[in-house]
Amino acid sequence: MTPVRHIHSRTVLLAHENIDTDRIIPARFLTTTTRAGLGRHAFQDWRYRSDGTPDPEFVLNRPEAMGAAILVAGRNFGCGSSREHAPWALLDAGFRAVISSEIADIFRSNALKNGLVAITVDAPEHRFLLRHPGIELRIDVAGGEIALPDGGRFGFSLDAFARHCLVEGIDQLGFLQRHEAAIQSYEEQFA
Amino acid sequence: MAARTLLDKIWDAHLVAAESPTTPAILYVDLHLVHEVTSPQAFADLRTRGLRVRQPARTLATMDHSIPTRPVSADGSIPFVTPEAEQQVRTMRENCRYFGIELLDMDDPSRGIVHVIGPELGVTQPGMTIVCGDSHTSTHGAFGALAFGIGTSEVGHVLATQCLLQRKPKAMAIEVRGRLSPGVDAKDLILHIIGRIGVDGGTGSVIEYRGEGIRALSMEQRMTVCNMSIEAGARAGMIAPDETTLAWLRDRPRVPKGADWASAQAQWEALHSDQGARFDRVVEIDAAEVRPTVSYGTHPGMVVDVDARVPRVGNALHQRALDYMGLRAGSPIAGTPVDLVFVGSCTNGRLSDLRAAADVLRGRKLAGHVRMLVVPGSAAVKRAAEQEGLDRIFRAAGAEWREPGCSMCIAMNGDFVPPGRLAVSTSNRNFEGRQGPGARTVLASPASAAAAAIAGCIADPRSLGGQEAVA
Repeated sequence: MTPVRHIHSRTVLLAHENIDTDRIIPARFLTTTTRAGLGRHAFQDWRYRSDGTPDPEFVLNRPEAMGAAILVAGRNFGCGSSREHAPWALLDAGFRAVISSEIADIFRSNALKNGLVAITVDAPEHRFLLRHPGIELRIDVAGGEIALPDGGRFGFSLDAFARHCLVEGIDQLGFLQRHEAAIQSYEEQFA
Repeated sequence: MAARTLLDKIWDAHLVAAESPTTPAILYVDLHLVHEVTSPQAFADLRTRGLRVRQPARTLATMDHSIPTRPVSADGSIPFVTPEAEQQVRTMRENCRYFGIELLDMDDPSRGIVHVIGPELGVTQPGMTIVCGDSHTSTHGAFGALAFGIGTSEVGHVLATQCLLQRKPKAMAIEVRGRLSPGVDAKDLILHIIGRIGVDGGTGSVIEYRGEGIRALSMEQRMTVCNMSIEAGARAGMIAPDETTLAWLRDRPRVPKGADWASAQAQWEALHSDQGARFDRVVEIDAAEVRPTVSYGTHPGMVVDVDARVPRVGNALHQRALDYMGLRAGSPIAGTPVDLVFVGSCTNGRLSDLRAAADVLRGRKLAGHVRMLVVPGSAAVKRAAEQEGLDRIFRAAGAEWREPGCSMCIAMNGDFVPPGRLAVSTSNRNFEGRQGPGARTVLASPASAAAAAIAGCIADPRSLGGQEAVA
């Protein structure tokens, strides 16, 4: 995996609470057998009108959203289905980080394994970000800090192992494989 | 030894390596269930890396999401929704052949929705760790297993190493005091619970369902409850095994036999939270307060008693959900017109669910404008239902009787709810667009769904007297 150390971008806001993974990538696009190309269907049913044209009102279709790599979302982002297609779609759509006050367990685990930095911040910081759409952020993954344009900073916590894997570009399957002896001895004893 | 929870016991027994502040635990997986949608990229990774499947015997595959529920055509062709869906199924077949994994293919008499067939076959057993690239893997926790959904990367981890990197979740207890009233179903109970604790109420936790109200449930009902744990954000739901569990498992094709059964049973009987075991959070539910419950909004925590009014909550999110659903705050939810009714899914696609729906439909007709789909959860459920004549009851009422699969719950196989139409569905998610773009979903029990099909609107199944039957 490519190391992910710093992310520097404007934010784009999807303030709705409980954005589920069906919303991020509808099930009808899950018949794919690859990871590629899901970005064009990210938030499909919000991004496009029923005639297939982009909805200009939807925040991700507005000019100011173009090139933004940090998604600030409402509480409980990524709830519902375990589909890893959700982080694949977000990455393919250009996102590198998602920030919320709460991120659903399976989505967070999936995101971090793909280099999409899923960040949980405290409620006051979350409210601040929701009040400042398009703010320029510098995320320091190793340091666990988000720097604001005015020099202000706030911290975020990230599971130590997930952070280590992101920063060093560690492949978690490779990590598991290095425990072959322990797995084998477990299997001989119990399995 | 200190008092341990059921979660502690299963967790401890599966530790290949304990967690530390800097590394997660390595957890051994006893059973890996695989389906066509969340596995192809994982198998592709294994091929790229030149890896084999470490434990094919602990891996069982089936096809349930992308497959049509219409029967095979006269010319022998299977009516897939798109060539891509067919390709996905073919890929599953090729991967299983290549990696030596048992596949319950579309012509297999044991095939069905992955969370229905695991228990049916008896591959789901107490004390196991069970995973699948599917969030409703929580279903299997009804047997006292630690069962949870994983992503495709993790599917690859388990295929290659039979292990997962996991932080231990918190232990949450939901104590159900007293028993459910007559006419109230397990689906009503779990919708009520999610309404109480919220769609993120279980985030970071495994829920153990306990108490008299849980003990009194059948295995099928327990599966319905555990199935929807993820809708409260929980990693898993679990119920300690007891006589009900053993009676259900005994004589299943793939449970241990003879002396092995006796020793398994002895081990399983120890699988319960010890007296005094500490939970991170305890929520008490009074079973007597649970009434037939339906969802009214766009997530499974937005629920209301079927005889109550759509709640008034003064926030934009709530209003947005009501606008999407075409409902008005303060109006009775009963009487809301219904276009479609779906009975099926891993939540409510088992024989007892079909019986509950058939009991309401027997001798009655669907309201003129209502379309109803009944999709058995497995080939075995379908056979058993047909043996009892349930299919004839459904057909006589005007419902469609389909082949097994996930169908309209996830709406990726061609079975979907048209835009703006309202479906009463026994499935598990009422998210915007879940059952099709613009589809409106009301989650309900099989009896409530059947009652809605007959009344043509959301209806209390308990109020459905003979006078409402259509002659």
